Amino acid sequence: MASPPEQLLSASYALEYTYTRSVGPVIGRFLTGLRERRIEGIVGSDGKVIVPPTEYDPVTGETLEDFVEVGPAGVVTTWAWVSEPRRGQPLDRPFAWALIRLDGADTALLHALDAGDESRVSTGMRVTARWREETTGHIRDLACFEPEGA
Amino acid sequence: MRDVAIVSFTQAPNVRDAGAMNEVEILMPLVAEALEKSTLTLQEIGFTCSGSSDYLAGAPFSFVMAIDALGAWPPISESHVEMDGAWALYEAWVKLQHGAVDSALVYGFGKSSSGEIRDVLALQLDPYYVAPLWPDSVSLAALQARALLESSAYSEKDMAEVAARNRRNARSNPKAQLSGDFDSAALLAEPYLVSPLRKHDCPPITDGAAVVVLAADDLARRISKRPAWIRGIDHRIEPHSLGVRDLTRSPSTELAAEKAGVARGPLDLAELHAPFTHQELILRDALGLKHGVDINPSGGALAANPIMAAGLARIGEAATRISGGLANRAVAHATSGPCLQQNLVCVLEGE
Amino acid sequence: MDNPIEEIQTPIRLDYRYTAGGATARFLRGLKEGRILGQRCPSCQKVIVPARGACARCGVATKEEIELPDRGTVTTFCVVHIPVPGSAVKPPFVCATIKLDGADIGLFHLVSEIPPDEVRPGMRVKAQWKPREEWDCTLENIRYFTPTGEPDVELEGSAHA
Repeated sequence: MASPPEQLLSASYALEYTYTRSVGPVIGRFLTGLRERRIEGIVGSDGKVIVPPTEYDPVTGETLEDFVEVGPAGVVTTWAWVSEPRRGQPLDRPFAWALIRLDGADTALLHALDAGDESRVSTGMRVTARWREETTGHIRDLACFEPEGA
Repeated sequence: MRDVAIVSFTQAPNVRDAGAMNEVEILMPLVAEALEKSTLTLQEIGFTCSGSSDYLAGAPFSFVMAIDALGAWPPISESHVEMDGAWALYEAWVKLQHGAVDSALVYGFGKSSSGEIRDVLALQLDPYYVAPLWPDSVSLAALQARALLESSAYSEKDMAEVAARNRRNARSNPKAQLSGDFDSAALLAEPYLVSPLRKHDCPPITDGAAVVVLAADDLARRISKRPAWIRGIDHRIEPHSLGVRDLTRSPSTELAAEKAGVARGPLDLAELHAPFTHQELILRDALGLKHGVDINPSGGALAANPIMAAGLARIGEAATRISGGLANRAVAHATSGPCLQQNLVCVLEGE
Repeated sequence: MDNPIEEIQTPIRLDYRYTAGGATARFLRGLKEGRILGQRCPSCQKVIVPARGACARCGVATKEEIELPDRGTVTTFCVVHIPVPGSAVKPPFVCATIKLDGADIGLFHLVSEIPPDEVRPGMRVKAQWKPREEWDCTLENIRYFTPTGEPDVELEGSAHA
């Protein structure tokens, strides 16, 4: 008995997971700071300030524990322009992703930069944090960054 | 160190959408062909290892379903990595070094068409600081591309030429998805996708699979007239935070290349797993590739990017050219993680 | 530090389009017509249901289509006491592996209309289908299996779950 030719049979579905993550004392301290509109870094084995803070030094593996406040402004070290934001991203209008080295930090933080137009973004420009109205202790308490003096 | 060689390589046609074919249906004929080429049956194979991703497939333990493609009865010795099949090959190579088995079947597979691959890859990022912002894979690559453009002698034109050359090479690869003669000036006239990346700087979305058979010592010599011997293999990883890394270099590739002994002899060809054009430029420098080395004769990941198999396919493509007498010494590379975070380097030689 | 943050919510959502393989598509389309389709392996000759296009033991493609009756024998079962989120089925309910007559591999489904403590391996069951107008490409066209009342069947020692 001949079978009819296979035709595509497909169905949409969504995977949704409601992850609750315990953060530990280092990430917890950083997020608690965000809730209070304060950004903190942690001092690495070589004295350099790591933002966002890590539990262990990325090179030596030593346990780190000395925090220091940084920012809220800093410098863009590299960026990319998103003309079509995707679901879940920090802004729903065109924006730049940026690696931002906050004042007092030696490493860069990844976040969104609301500059309005690609022509207004450049490596080396100064940007500052824009906070969400209601902060809860989450990376998204930082709504995004914006050009300093905007 | 035990002599281990690649004695067979097969891959699926790389396509945008495999349509009605599920992963088992894609893999089954490939496994059969790879085993036939190796002259071994599955029961004679000492160890099987695969690479795939559950988030890519949209189902947990999705690799278990793929075992249907093998005929695993009586039960087989099997393992899996939630990574590109190149790392499954590494695990199999380590197993062969232990000496308990003499052969291994390695495969990698994935259908990028089922989900939104750019967003799926966001789940490999730091879950506290980064993933909740959902930076997609093209955006992160774009950050690295701009860092490279602003720091060095490379230009957008250099990137366009990488795209043009890979897709031109792909014309002689019957399994390639994207191939053709593209003029780099015309490519540069296209709009940005996520600046500074244009569409041609990015890999295609691909459904595909790759299968490799490894054999040791005399078994390899019995199976293949000219086995592609693995003379060195190593992989290294950098910290996952992008802000801690120098995105304009690939120190993990440099170190893996040193450990694998890339510089110990002349190279005829290099197969580099560079899904983005600027990454090929970074990798060429990291591996110290000189003029005269044929880079990505297969077309590389810019011609076909079956996620979870693309790295394994680079190793297979290099091995095939050695076994076919087209090359004597080659380097193959595979990458994992955002912006070349983790890199595997493999040196292959004909005898 | 008052009330330090100890946990965060990081929900994720990813959208997919699942494409049934060739054999699975035939199986699901068969269900829409009220048919249960299996396949016979050309190598070991076993009848596999649902049709999957592959024999997992032999690693070969299966093509020969076999239609199976909607009755069979319970080989093993369990009684579930916790509710499944989003499911209308209320605990305690019985999940069973049912060897349809002529198949060599069991089909996973629900057994109902019998107190859970009376379900046993070897029990004969038949499918209770939803009304025809509700049928779609899904095993849910069968609401559950119920006892036929036939005498129990002795299961072979090598019965496969």
